[in-house]
Amino acid sequence: MRDVAVVGIGMNKWGELWGKSFRDIFVEAALIAIKDAGVDKIDSMTIGCMTGGLFVGQEHLASMMADYLGYKHIPASRVESACASGGLAFRTAYIEVASGMSDIVLAGGVEKMTDVSGDGATYALATAADQEYEVFHGATFPGLYALMAVAHMEKYGTTRDMLSAVSVKNHKNGAKNPNAQYPFETTIEEVNNSVMVASPLRIMDCSPITDGAAAVILTTVDIAKKLGKPIIKVIGSGHATDTIALHSRKDLTTLAATKLAGERALKMAGKTIKDVDFAEVHDCFTIAEIIVSESLGIFPVGKGGEMAAKGESSLEGSFPINTSGGLKSKGHPVGATGIAQIYEIVKQLRGQAENGRQLKNNPKIGMAQNMGGSGGSSLVHILEVA
Amino acid sequence: MFPSRIWREKGQRYRLEAGKCRTCGYIAFPPRLVCPECGAVEFETIKLPDIGKLLTYTVIRVAPSQFTDEAPYAIGIAELPNGVKLTAQLVDCDVEKIKVGMDVRIEFRRIQTHDTHGVISYGYKFVPKWY
Repeated sequence: MRDVAVVGIGMNKWGELWGKSFRDIFVEAALIAIKDAGVDKIDSMTIGCMTGGLFVGQEHLASMMADYLGYKHIPASRVESACASGGLAFRTAYIEVASGMSDIVLAGGVEKMTDVSGDGATYALATAADQEYEVFHGATFPGLYALMAVAHMEKYGTTRDMLSAVSVKNHKNGAKNPNAQYPFETTIEEVNNSVMVASPLRIMDCSPITDGAAAVILTTVDIAKKLGKPIIKVIGSGHATDTIALHSRKDLTTLAATKLAGERALKMAGKTIKDVDFAEVHDCFTIAEIIVSESLGIFPVGKGGEMAAKGESSLEGSFPINTSGGLKSKGHPVGATGIAQIYEIVKQLRGQAENGRQLKNNPKIGMAQNMGGSGGSSLVHILEVA
Repeated sequence: MFPSRIWREKGQRYRLEAGKCRTCGYIAFPPRLVCPECGAVEFETIKLPDIGKLLTYTVIRVAPSQFTDEAPYAIGIAELPNGVKLTAQLVDCDVEKIKVGMDVRIEFRRIQTHDTHGVISYGYKFVPKWY
């Protein structure tokens, strides 16, 4: 396998982009990434998109995006693993470059979620759960994560304030991110008193409905050196699956696919979690960040909430998590999220994070964790600055 | 939703039929073609017990369209005596009094009406035992 580096990153401001089409949102991000990389062409493209069909009635979207990007006829594919589609697109592109099949590959992610009603979005997102044995009974995505939250609170004593601490911290970081959908700060009290969605999860525990895209360019380390770019090397890629029905898992308070994907990525990189300086993780709900931080081994099992409340995952903490603002503040256009996580890791490793959210002491190794559904799929990538 | 999609699941939703692996005894609900524990492909059909213990629950206030009339409603995961776990609504109870660990009965109830064909779906719900 060849050594692979990320040489270009692209993203635009996320939000309710009423005036922009599905295809334009993607093309804008892709053009920024191509320009940032300084390449004169791409050989191939892989796009993560959860459900263009349900959100905008558009499948067969990889060919359309390649055409609108000005790359008609290149090999272009779309991959899907629910909310982990972006992470999967990155892994697919990584494998394509590492294997020698292609030299310069664009990995992108896109979702246009606001062309349907809130109910339509709830329906589309629920297709990531077990239709016949969860959704049939009235389960929603906030509902499934609420089931995990209650189990975690019962078992480990995680509290309402600990959940809120995750939201407060991510909004504090997101307020410094020019691309964030909701770049405002909030307080424990505001989160605690926000509207209930599925007890104990309130609206300020939930990531929003977002239109957005992100793109990155992968190539070999040899080509990256010729481009004169900072070498941000992909040193680990881990991917794992689990039952998509939450009730089929032995333990409702851990995320086995995330644990396995993290172990696989670390093993490939020849590192331990102690070698990693910071991470972007999949905080679709506040409880998700808490459980993921435990499943990845960042914090001890059962202590994820306590560590967040103590500030250990803040910009100044012992292990900063979601410096971008995470899904909570930055937004969660489902298929784009995994690529936007890589975007933030690269920004931090290059020392280019805006508005005072750049981590001090020159971080060397960053991790991105992207999750599908209630944890039925998970992808972990580790990047290192050379 | 076409009636065939609902009709296919009738053994599970009407009669709680599960598949018990003839090799390792794993109970699959819904039934599967391959045992996730040992990989065997031979199963016998058994009926699940109609009691369980509540492992976790939530009260849903923002509901999908076919359930908006019922919101707020509770759903939970219960573990049956044989280890099988199910997701279902918790009904005939005050949602404020639901507690993790409580015993539930599994009862046959109406679940939802599908908009396009008007088909009424039935299935199982949890009823806390103290009612």
